[in-house]
Amino acid sequence: MDLLQFARGPALTWALAIFAFGMTWRLAGILLLKRRPDYSEPRNATSWPGALKLIISRSWPRREFIQRTAFGQALGYIFHIGLAIVVFGFAPHILFFRGLTGLDWPNLPNAIIYLSGAITLGALIVVLGRRLIHPVLRLLSNFDDYFSWFVTFAPVATGMLAVAHLGARYETLLAIHILSVALLLVWFPFGKLMHAALVFVSRGSTGALFERKGASI
Amino acid sequence: MNEPDILGASLARSGISRRSFLKFCTAMASLMALPPSAAYAMADALKRAQRQSVIWLSFQECTGCVESLTRSFDPTLEQLIFEMISLDYQETLQAASGEAAESARKQAMKASYGKYLLIVDGSIPTKDGGVYSTVAGVSNHDLLVEAAKGAAAIVAVGTCSSFGGIPHANPNPTGAVSVSDIIKDKPIMNVPGCPPIPSVIAGVLAYFITYGKLPELDNLNRPKVFFADTIHDRCYRRPFYDQGKFAKTFDDEGARNGWCLYELGCKGPTTYNACATIKWNGGVSFPIESGHGCLGCSEPNFWDKGSFYKPLPVPLADNTPIITAAALGGIAVGTAAAVISRKHQTSISEEK
Ligand code: HEM
Ligand code: SF4
Ligand code: SF4
Repeated sequence: MDLLQFARGPALTWALAIFAFGMTWRLAGILLLKRRPDYSEPRNATSWPGALKLIISRSWPRREFIQRTAFGQALGYIFHIGLAIVVFGFAPHILFFRGLTGLDWPNLPNAIIYLSGAITLGALIVVLGRRLIHPVLRLLSNFDDYFSWFVTFAPVATGMLAVAHLGARYETLLAIHILSVALLLVWFPFGKLMHAALVFVSRGSTGALFERKGASI
Repeated sequence: MNEPDILGASLARSGISRRSFLKFCTAMASLMALPPSAAYAMADALKRAQRQSVIWLSFQECTGCVESLTRSFDPTLEQLIFEMISLDYQETLQAASGEAAESARKQAMKASYGKYLLIVDGSIPTKDGGVYSTVAGVSNHDLLVEAAKGAAAIVAVGTCSSFGGIPHANPNPTGAVSVSDIIKDKPIMNVPGCPPIPSVIAGVLAYFITYGKLPELDNLNRPKVFFADTIHDRCYRRPFYDQGKFAKTFDDEGARNGWCLYELGCKGPTTYNACATIKWNGGVSFPIESGHGCLGCSEPNFWDKGSFYKPLPVPLADNTPIITAAALGGIAVGTAAAVISRKHQTSISEEK
């Protein structure tokens, strides 16, 4: 068995199993938690509009802070959209998902993928640089932040290297690419990347709570 | 005394014109990306060279590699190969059989000890003392070890002798291995392919006779001149891959338009071979040009890398059962954790 066979075979199988286990464990564990009883008189009878409002309002810079936060948020948008284009728009990736789920959708031309890949790569590097330079962000950051950055960066970097045949033979680069994806899958449920699954749940609950209390959102 | 077996003389004897010989040398030199002057140097060297003594051993094989060589599209190519070499032992092609054949082999091995080229096709069974393939009562393993001793170099022709090939495929009932799994102390060149392209075999033979050594080899001991690029790197359908245009079935609009065969399981991106440039049948076409994806036949374990029709990125194993089991396990553990924490929450609020 060569490295590529190992990556495509046992490495992916184990990574997918750990990912599935971790995701369902954490989601079930969180969603089945008991809510704290709220004995106060609700200001509004229905709270879900608040959930929606907060999900949207928190996705946009606050006018008061726009000068401070716009750059960081713009960066965030750039690399998230870039990642989505690369992960869900590239034909080999779609075939991978089709193999797992049976779902299929149209792919984008490679030029667009490579361009978004390059932009994503750049944005991710700037994001890391900002975290290292910004005194407050730096103070707030722990291993989880850096490692989550790394496991996100690695597949993009290795994917671009594989396509460019840079640094090693293609099959080796591809194997490293797949192994980096395996690492991402394994870390995903247990670190801050889990925000991808929980971000709207937490914003929604906060929004619903605010609505009930009649706070401005 | 016999006149020495010089290639030039034998060419004259068999009526091969200087012109077609030069044409052959030019073609070989250009195939191997040698400078134009090398064609003349090669012609000169080849003409004066002694015909290279070759011992060809066939082990667990289907004779496809020999077929590929001897039925090469271009009869001059085939004829020239056999002019370049003095094929002293080849079970399929020689007239002699039985004891006479074996003693011819031993004689040739003795006469050109240290100088002959050993060509091997087929893999070597190692299980149960190698009983699964024997010649004249001698196991392939023992025959290979004996013949390798006096060889100047070994050329493994075909994927079976290069990497184990089809006999090596799971579950490998005979314990088949490649030549380089057994012989460690000789220069070995692998010319894989199922079968290899005839001009590739001819090219490396011409190179060995001209320069007296093997050409530069890659990490899997394949001649770099022919195995430097993947099929995908040189594929004429590559622009369609880059535009994201794929045939979805073998007879849809995309297939008729000649779009990329990636989704139909083409293994071109991870296969190193010269099919896309040298092509087959004298340069007529190659499998992808005929509408079928590459099988990856020149790569190790090509038979065990999933279906030929499964796209490359589809994971090799069927992961559904294990993912389902893992997800169910996760739900169970998550639910248990939630139940415990609910109990904990209740007991805290009761304490208050
Ligand atoms: C710009 C960034 C990227 C590029 C250029 C890229 C490129 C590639 C390429 C060329 C393959 C080819 C597979 C083949 O033909 O065998 C591949 C496979 C794959 N990539 Fe990426 N990739 C990138 C980012 C990512 C990211 C961010 C992820 C995951 C989050 C990812 C996940 C995968 C997976 C799961 C496969 C399938 C593995 C396989 O082929 O067996 N890739 N990628
Ligand atoms: S047909 Fe195969 S080798 Fe050719 S471009 Fe498509 S994937 Fe690559
Ligand atoms: S196209 Fe691929 S499978 Fe076909 S002969 Fe060439 S290397 Fe082998």
